[in-house]
Amino acid sequence: MTGFAYLGVFLPSLLEGTRVTIEITIGGCILAAVAAFVAAMLKLYGPWPLRSLAIAYIEIFRGTSALVQLFWMYFVLPNFGIILQPLTVAIIALGLNIGAYGAEVVRGAVIAVPRGQWEAAVALNMSRAQALSRIILPQALVAMIPPWGNLFIELLKSTALVSLITISDLTFKAQELNTTTYRTIEIFSIVLIIYLVLSLFITAAIRQLERVAATGLARGRGG
Amino acid sequence: MAGSDAMVCFDKVTKRYGNFVVLDQLQLEIAPGEKVAIIGPSGSGKTTVLRMLMTLERIDGGVIWVDGEPLTSMRRDGTLVPADQRHLRRMRGKIGMVFQHFNLFPHMTALKNCMEAPCAVLGLSKTEAEARATELLEMVGLGDKLAHYPAQLSGGQQQRVAIARALAMRPKVMLFDEVTSALDPELVGEVLNVIRRLGSELDLTMLMVTHQMGFAKEFADRVCFFYQGRICEQGAPQTIFGSPENERTRQFLRAVLEAT
Amino acid sequence: MFWDWQFVGQILPQLAQASVVTIFATFLGFLIAALLGLAFAIGRLFGPRWIAIPLIGLIEGIRSTPLLIQIFFIYFVLPDAGVSIGAMTAGVLALGLHYATYCSEVYRAGLANIPRGQWEASLALNLPTWRTFRDIIIPQAIPPVVPALGNYLVALFKDTPLLSAIGVLELLQTAKIIGSENFRYTEPITLVGLIFLILSLLSAVIIGFIERWLKRHVMRS
Repeated sequence: MTGFAYLGVFLPSLLEGTRVTIEITIGGCILAAVAAFVAAMLKLYGPWPLRSLAIAYIEIFRGTSALVQLFWMYFVLPNFGIILQPLTVAIIALGLNIGAYGAEVVRGAVIAVPRGQWEAAVALNMSRAQALSRIILPQALVAMIPPWGNLFIELLKSTALVSLITISDLTFKAQELNTTTYRTIEIFSIVLIIYLVLSLFITAAIRQLERVAATGLARGRGG
Repeated sequence: MAGSDAMVCFDKVTKRYGNFVVLDQLQLEIAPGEKVAIIGPSGSGKTTVLRMLMTLERIDGGVIWVDGEPLTSMRRDGTLVPADQRHLRRMRGKIGMVFQHFNLFPHMTALKNCMEAPCAVLGLSKTEAEARATELLEMVGLGDKLAHYPAQLSGGQQQRVAIARALAMRPKVMLFDEVTSALDPELVGEVLNVIRRLGSELDLTMLMVTHQMGFAKEFADRVCFFYQGRICEQGAPQTIFGSPENERTRQFLRAVLEAT
Repeated sequence: MFWDWQFVGQILPQLAQASVVTIFATFLGFLIAALLGLAFAIGRLFGPRWIAIPLIGLIEGIRSTPLLIQIFFIYFVLPDAGVSIGAMTAGVLALGLHYATYCSEVYRAGLANIPRGQWEASLALNLPTWRTFRDIIIPQAIPPVVPALGNYLVALFKDTPLLSAIGVLELLQTAKIIGSENFRYTEPITLVGLIFLILSLLSAVIIGFIERWLKRHVMRS
């Protein structure tokens, strides 16, 4: 396959794109986690105005397409005077998108903590905030890890969309190389492999996290 | 009206789930330091009494008095209004509860379980909380299990940790909700022994829902037999177990004896 | 100004037309996904190892990589292989393939939930395999997983804007064109967002109804 001799030409460009992809993924994941927690807590325990806000956030970002959200922030926000770097737009849009799904994961995990734990906390006269932070959330966090792993991988995959707002991520670089060299199969095969490797990396990291969390909890699952 | 020196007083307390009346204008007074056993068939409202006292269930009618003050209301300008958070937390602090399924915090050691609330709620320093927790765990016979997690303990041991945990908050009233019902039979004794010790060493008012009739007979000062949301009969253990007046009480005790 | 209602009135017909394209792509894509997914699930669960193992690799590979890349791949690579296809076809194929992998997982779960006894009874009655599948297994496996499939239908719907990257005239692409022609992106893109929101909220309600209907009329246990 003479095409793969081009590897030397492709790789630097693709790796540069990979770097951007990783940046956006990490930034997006952090934002998603924060947004998810805040939204879930507001939806579960907030006063009704904030709860409505959280529900609106969750429904809007889950109910519309990630690409539409990306384009909206990229094209429409400047109209309202909000001018952001494309990279910032990417992280915010993707982070908020995955965060909306994450909010339901967090909510589900918190609800799944056995009622008895709440009752024990009440019996010990803890306030709701104390019960949440010391008793409920630590247990919910362990249950959340696998679904969050899937969400992080979703975020990684959705970073490909930023190529459509001219950010030089891996997909953008792949398109660029494709239109100049037309070695489509080689380029996109390598790109698919790179995404696959990144996603396997996330899976491995999550599994490690599960193991660490489980040793803390498996020693203490009783009552 | 609240007996002026009753520790706990249920004054015409009613609890409903939809159309089903669980507790029907309950009148119950418990003196300080008294040990009351509540027995009766399931659905008679026994556990609800405890849960309402622990503010785990809302009151639909009547007033619960604890230590001379209303539990979920407070006095404002001479009338009773729903209590604010401060009043509730203050009242709640006087009551402790041990649950049928222990409800220990699985992500904490036995010691930590007993230290958590004193630190967070009572504001004890780590050292003080640790000292108190250690003392209580030793008292329930688990001084060597401080660093164990609940999953590493037997049911009886977990329940004893739960007792120590509740005591760490120094409540005036201790509630025991069928605390041996979820235990294997051979583990029941160790928990009952601990409760017996508590009864004699500490000056606690105790309210326990139990099926352990033998224990109730020798430990309780008074036994209340509940039936369909009301106290059907109450009195000294010898009377209730020895010569019950009410036919329903007799029926229940017969059924229980046949089961054992 | 922030919002021009007149402009909205102007562009609604165009957007309505584009909606048809979007909905068409959605259902066609999902048809492929639902059928191919079932084939994947059966191949993976019951096929010989030389089919099952590469299939697992293919499924995991597709699930773990971006749909956009897969769309590009099919759109650019197939012509190289001599198959010339339009953007819509390539897009629908990519959507179908991508979501077939998700559907196959759903089917796998549904099939796994069939009690062993059903298989054994079919064997005892000497039913041929295809009949077992057609009359016994699949009718029991599908209803419980219909809601999950419904959710993937909605997800696929929300991914149709990716087809704009290869020029399919669905909602987002149309909005972009309107935006660049009129130098106003606010109304077109916001409207597209609203259309998606309304349709997906509607779908959630419909899926809820279907779920309840299934529980009452089809699933009895």
